[in-house]
Amino acid sequence: MGSEFVALSLPPLLIGTLAAMACALPGNFLLLRRQALIGDAISHVVLPGIVVAFLVTGTIATLPMLAGAACAALLAVAMIEAIRRLGRIEAGAAMGVTFTTLFAAGVLLLERSDTSSVHLDVEHALYGNLESLIWLDATGWASLTDPAALAALPPELIRIAAVFAVVAIAIAAFWRPLKLATFDEGFAQSLGLPTAAIGLGIVTLAALAAVAAFDAVGSIIVIAMFICPPAGARLMTNRLERQIAWSLLFAALSAIAGYVIAGYGPIWAGFSASVSAAGMIATISGLILAWAALAAPHRRA
Amino acid sequence: MSLELATRDGARIAEDLGRSPLALRGLTVSYGGEAAVFSTDMTVAPGAMTAIIGPNGAGKSTLLKAALGIVPSLAGQVTFWGQPLQTARARIAYVPQRASVDWDFPTQVLDVVIMGLYRELGIFRRLRARHIARAMDCLDRVGMRDFAERQIGQLSGGQQQRVFLARALAQEADLYLLDEPFAGVDAATEAAIIAVLKDLRDAGRTVVAVHHDLSTVETYFDRVFLLNRRPVAEGTVAAAFTQDTLQAAYGGRLNEGALVGTA
Repeated sequence: MGSEFVALSLPPLLIGTLAAMACALPGNFLLLRRQALIGDAISHVVLPGIVVAFLVTGTIATLPMLAGAACAALLAVAMIEAIRRLGRIEAGAAMGVTFTTLFAAGVLLLERSDTSSVHLDVEHALYGNLESLIWLDATGWASLTDPAALAALPPELIRIAAVFAVVAIAIAAFWRPLKLATFDEGFAQSLGLPTAAIGLGIVTLAALAAVAAFDAVGSIIVIAMFICPPAGARLMTNRLERQIAWSLLFAALSAIAGYVIAGYGPIWAGFSASVSAAGMIATISGLILAWAALAAPHRRA
Repeated sequence: MSLELATRDGARIAEDLGRSPLALRGLTVSYGGEAAVFSTDMTVAPGAMTAIIGPNGAGKSTLLKAALGIVPSLAGQVTFWGQPLQTARARIAYVPQRASVDWDFPTQVLDVVIMGLYRELGIFRRLRARHIARAMDCLDRVGMRDFAERQIGQLSGGQQQRVFLARALAQEADLYLLDEPFAGVDAATEAAIIAVLKDLRDAGRTVVAVHHDLSTVETYFDRVFLLNRRPVAEGTVAAAFTQDTLQAAYGGRLNEGALVGTA
């Protein structure tokens, strides 16, 4: 069991968990800033961005993907403003229209372009390819200390681990101004804090997490993890520090339980095939939020 | 009083600029093409309590925000003790409108007051026992010591306003700018807040508050600044808070009843 688990299940479990936590972290701040929709937006805009980046560069390396996603995000912001100004349409509606349109354009682009050489297709965009991120060189737990085997770890794992570390360190380092500017922007400005830069910083961290996670686990998990774990966590406590801890716990729980249930649940239930891990992880995160809304200690009256 | 007015409006203006904790010259702020505050001069007197009054939409809050650089101004000059905002920031405490923040935010009363120590703590410095003791002391001054561990969403409007004032006290500033500190608070809170503000003034600090209750102007404040997008009157309460200036600021909207007790 050990060798099979380490080679086949450990990498996707770790990748799913790290991706979920990397998205949940900035999601806490997006939620408190009433910008939860931005997380949704970013995860949609990433698709056309990376497809165009792939068409231009011919690779799916991280840097061009990030650049593509960033360009798409800029385009999205410009489109939203244009729709609001020219069409006199309310901001939320303008956002919704922009992101779904860009995402749909990304799907069309993907269908019409030759991406057969790389792992980039519509299904991948939605569900990711969590189950295929295996560690072929692993022979058992001992491989975790074997440099040769470690070198063959799925690159997605290294990437998402690095991004999670960057997001976590940035939030921890700028904790005080971040919390202050999120709670009371006017007061923060009166102290001379660069609140616009802080807001942009959080959106940038969210975009970084979205791009890295999108690659490994697809947009469904990204969208769910920006919102569900932080929203559930808010209902568990009245302290921001603890809310962050709860959101990480909920994200990890969703990823692990979702992956295991998707892989074994249908078999336990008598069906022959497993279901999408990404879909199950997102569903579990929704169920945790539903539970929190019904039973958590700090629900609002 | 008239002597003071004469000098204030006359030859000593340049000298005043250096002494005045907050001086505006030609401040103009616009929201979407319309002037919210137009070409306004204001010279706040040091060590006094000044009320900024005027009808709804007169630009009172906007004036404070523009002075602090929170909203951009189109034109004009803002100085604090004759210096630009950047130099003077550490000596200024700002209390925003209570309704401007989300009180469901997951934090506790003490945490909010500690935010007032940000200029000392910065991003990295460790929070020590003496910082917490100072924050508790500020809560004590507004009668909120027992609420330190409360989640801010569990407070009444008056208690929330006191917490905001405690945060400003923690800043140990020389100039306090308050935006509607008495809006929607209970009588006990109003009395507690005014006592704290008068203590600050008696200690030589300067207090400027956007105020909307004309009936309390005379008992609470030393000076008034009347604004209706443009400056209408400025001076001591006795000199500038008159039937004429109020009529000029509020026009037909002035409720005579609000002026009971005014000369």
